[in-house]
Amino acid sequence: MHVTLTINDTKHHLELDPRVTLLDAIRSHAGLTGTKKGCDHGQCGACTVMVNGRRINSCLSLAVMHDGDAITTIEGLGTPEALSPLQAAFIETDGFQCGYCTPGQICSATAMLEEIRAGWPSHVSETLDGPALPTEAEIAERMSGNLCRCSAYPNIIAAIRLAAAEREDAA
Amino acid sequence: MRAFDYIRAGSCTEALAEAEVPGTAFIAGGTNLLDLMKHEVMAPARLVDISRLDLGGITLTEAGLRIGALVPNSDLAADPLLRRHWPLLSRALLAGASGQLRNKATTGGNLLQRTRCYYFYDTAMPCNKREPGSGCAAIGGFNRIHAILGASDQCIATHPSDMAVALRALSAEVELLAPGGGRRQVPLAQFYRLPGDTPHLETVLEPGEMVAAVLLPPAEGGRQIYRKVRDRASYAFALVSVAACLRMEGGRIAAAALAFGGLAHMPWRSADVEGALIGEVPSAALFDRAGDLLLAEAKGHGDNDFKIPLARRTLAAVLAEACAEEMPA
Repeated sequence: MHVTLTINDTKHHLELDPRVTLLDAIRSHAGLTGTKKGCDHGQCGACTVMVNGRRINSCLSLAVMHDGDAITTIEGLGTPEALSPLQAAFIETDGFQCGYCTPGQICSATAMLEEIRAGWPSHVSETLDGPALPTEAEIAERMSGNLCRCSAYPNIIAAIRLAAAEREDAA
Repeated sequence: MRAFDYIRAGSCTEALAEAEVPGTAFIAGGTNLLDLMKHEVMAPARLVDISRLDLGGITLTEAGLRIGALVPNSDLAADPLLRRHWPLLSRALLAGASGQLRNKATTGGNLLQRTRCYYFYDTAMPCNKREPGSGCAAIGGFNRIHAILGASDQCIATHPSDMAVALRALSAEVELLAPGGGRRQVPLAQFYRLPGDTPHLETVLEPGEMVAAVLLPPAEGGRQIYRKVRDRASYAFALVSVAACLRMEGGRIAAAALAFGGLAHMPWRSADVEGALIGEVPSAALFDRAGDLLLAEAKGHGDNDFKIPLARRTLAAVLAEACAEEMPA
């Protein structure tokens, strides 16, 4: 089937079997291997990308269902010369060991900070109507769909808090 | 994954017509269905994509709140009306899955998700739900997450949804569309089936029927609480959960609606438990009596025996919290 995906502002015209997941379309058909395949069952979050600005597990979605959608992967967030604030913060705080989960962590955190900005509550929010804040507990809860096999969680949380604080300062 | 034909429906009428072909399944969020298809637990020959149909939106009506079947779990949890008047439902949604999954999973799909019984997922093992008549490997197997209420000798699976437990306590109804243009409304109380001899039949949905919306009656005052007990702090299914809507009047319990997750093949509710609480002055003895009534027929299968005392304690804790402001010291 013919599918057009706009990945990081570039249009990709792909001919795909309906079984191809969005993850496999991104990696094997569009050739963008920054997005990782971990469990391939929606449990680890390594495949997290943003679709029309929202984070999803790309392994649990069919590419044919995303015809016309705008997808952002880790390659679209920053470049080695111009890192995104979260990419820079992960390096600053050493928010990884092996790095395999990192693209998913950073895509997830990028969208998660927007969810906080939009005032979405979480399971650990004391009230449903208060302002959402990027505290350690809130970040841990909101990032629970991204596993890190090396258990670099303390520094992942530190990176996200750093990027969130920098954005507050800039605002 | 087995091969399938993919059809993107342009309208509900078209989707319902396509669904009349045997072997067809609807797909919206796909977060559970695609996982099951990868494991070949489910292998529909045709997938009808309903994700772009006009079945979204959250609308306040005189009859209550109408939630379109395609509203993602994350949007529903964050909806201002819900947060204000039905916080129980927001809380239950936020207690389920992960941020990524809630962005994709829909209201209708959440209701229809399948059990996470390990043996249902493992195609090398017998499972009456997956393959009727093949047996149940959970009975006598490892059954830590399995049912203690309403199970049968054919199946002891539990329903995994948190959202459905809250909806059960809120007396929600489900609006269904049928091929040919029929439309009917089913109370959630009658939507799910117990396993009995037909564990492969989980709801009263007829072949080709589609969930169009979930309807909530107007919110009643009082406390709304969702408490979920699980093996880790986040991103895990409930071992036991309690959804409570409780209103006090003059030191007595005036209204109580309680639904339970993790205990049965469907969200569980007991008229006996609620009847025993209504009109009474809250006390530890009363909560204990409610636990007795809830668990009178409970049956453990070994690894899940712990759910019986856990359900009792969780119920008592939720009732104490709900009545806290007016409990005698």
